[in-house]
Amino acid sequence: MAEAKIHSYNINFGPQHPAAHGVLRLILEMSGEVVQRADPHIGLLHRGTEKLIENKIYQQSIPYFDRLDYVGTMNQEHPFCLAAERLLGIAVPERGQWIRTLYCEIGRQLNHILNVCSFVFDVGGMTPILWGFEEREKLMEFYERASGARLHANYFRVGGVAADLPDGLLEDIDRWCDTFPQVLDDIETLVTENRIFKQRTVDIGAISVEQALDWGFTGPNLRACGLAWDLRKAQPYDKYAEVDFDIPIGKAGDCYDRYLIRILEMRESLKIMKQCIATMRPGPVRVDDRKVSPPPRAEMKRSMEALIHHFKLFTEGFHVPAGEIYAAVEAPKGEFAVYIVADGTSKPYRCKIRPPGYVHLQALDLLSKGHMLADVVANIGSIDIVFGEIDR
Amino acid sequence: MSFIDRTARAFLLTELIQGLALTLRYMFKPKVTINYPYEKGPLSPRFRGEHALRRYASGEERCIACKLCEAICPAQAITIDAEPRADGSRRARRYDLDMTKCIYCGLCQEACPVDAIVEGPNFEFATETRAELMYNKEKLLANGDRWEAELAMRIVADAPYR
Repeated sequence: MAEAKIHSYNINFGPQHPAAHGVLRLILEMSGEVVQRADPHIGLLHRGTEKLIENKIYQQSIPYFDRLDYVGTMNQEHPFCLAAERLLGIAVPERGQWIRTLYCEIGRQLNHILNVCSFVFDVGGMTPILWGFEEREKLMEFYERASGARLHANYFRVGGVAADLPDGLLEDIDRWCDTFPQVLDDIETLVTENRIFKQRTVDIGAISVEQALDWGFTGPNLRACGLAWDLRKAQPYDKYAEVDFDIPIGKAGDCYDRYLIRILEMRESLKIMKQCIATMRPGPVRVDDRKVSPPPRAEMKRSMEALIHHFKLFTEGFHVPAGEIYAAVEAPKGEFAVYIVADGTSKPYRCKIRPPGYVHLQALDLLSKGHMLADVVANIGSIDIVFGEIDR
Repeated sequence: MSFIDRTARAFLLTELIQGLALTLRYMFKPKVTINYPYEKGPLSPRFRGEHALRRYASGEERCIACKLCEAICPAQAITIDAEPRADGSRRARRYDLDMTKCIYCGLCQEACPVDAIVEGPNFEFATETRAELMYNKEKLLANGDRWEAELAMRIVADAPYR
């Protein structure tokens, strides 16, 4: 029998595939069942966020950041507020900073719960996602009680947060922090040592520190390779300099390590939340500067001056001095940053968003080359991509 | 030692049995799901749902057509036309709200100086046609009349924080 030569062929993965985590369209060049090249096609969720922001006053832009990474939303609002605050040269009151730190960590929990559980789901474990979503439900309730929306919070403001936390909320969050480790333990019992999970993830999509740095990795994906780089420690913002936590790092940089890092980060994040709740004292949550932050409602209804400020802020907005700034935060997925060019008006001249998922996605080809088709799914799940922020 | 330990674990399927035992324990725990249309999750006074235009106790509409909500709306979902009434007071002739554009950010109720436009507790306003989601002033005022008791309660509950 003559020897038959099998040519590599292309298959289309997504954009309507449940394992594609959104609208990822992958063109996979296969040789049998081995991936030779993975070519992501993006842009199906493009909404022109950056251009829209150029036409909005600063307050109006904040809801658009919720819609980038819609898994842990307040972490996205944060860099934009930080950037505007640094350009304006205003300092957020203590309690405002603590609330932001607390809610950023809640966002991290929301994101890591979803990612870990859906990653396990992608490689065949159905149960953790059912438990994880129950916890996410509780966390979204905390979001809702503070901001009024379960997902698209619009809670952080330039100069603080929209409103103080209602009575009793901190106690409830504290109680949740006590119960959550049990859920994490249960998920770990099912997953961490499970042989099926390990067969699907150990040594899959391994990447070295050098490669990770070359490809611009940040966040848990970089730490899984073994580099302890965390912006919360390296360039502390808000109250991260005052809380005590560790940076978990991995060794192999494979899918399994990325999973473990996220589990450990949730435990560290719980420590930060506990400290925020214990240290927080009553006080103002927004900067007391009528040119930047609207007056309290009671004052607005009594005082003519406050009413004028209210009208000016909601029509014209505040003017940000001309300048350029790059403000980065450690979002759950990695370094999420905003680069603003301000021209002295109340709208940004240019707003560039640096999403971590976009950078991680470009390494998908490197991670998947030489692996089987099913491992592409594991890679996508483990690098934690969300298309809201990739397509912007 | 660790080799023996590992091999024993591998052959005895320890982690699989532990996992199965855990899921079995969960089977006997109380259910956390709720029977949605009959049971609903809790909502805080800050929840931002369907919009409503409120009235004063006298029945007069609150909205004075200052257009702050129109100016702040990031999605440009609100359109207002103002007109003076016979008694000289300024009121909205037209107050159109495109619910398909609205992103429920809550900036309109934050901007409103007279607490006229509010986002209420109602989140069940799905319609069969797109046209039904183009709300006009009558629809918004009807919403306000329907939900007024709850809206007033929510504003009182949230007043210390605003």
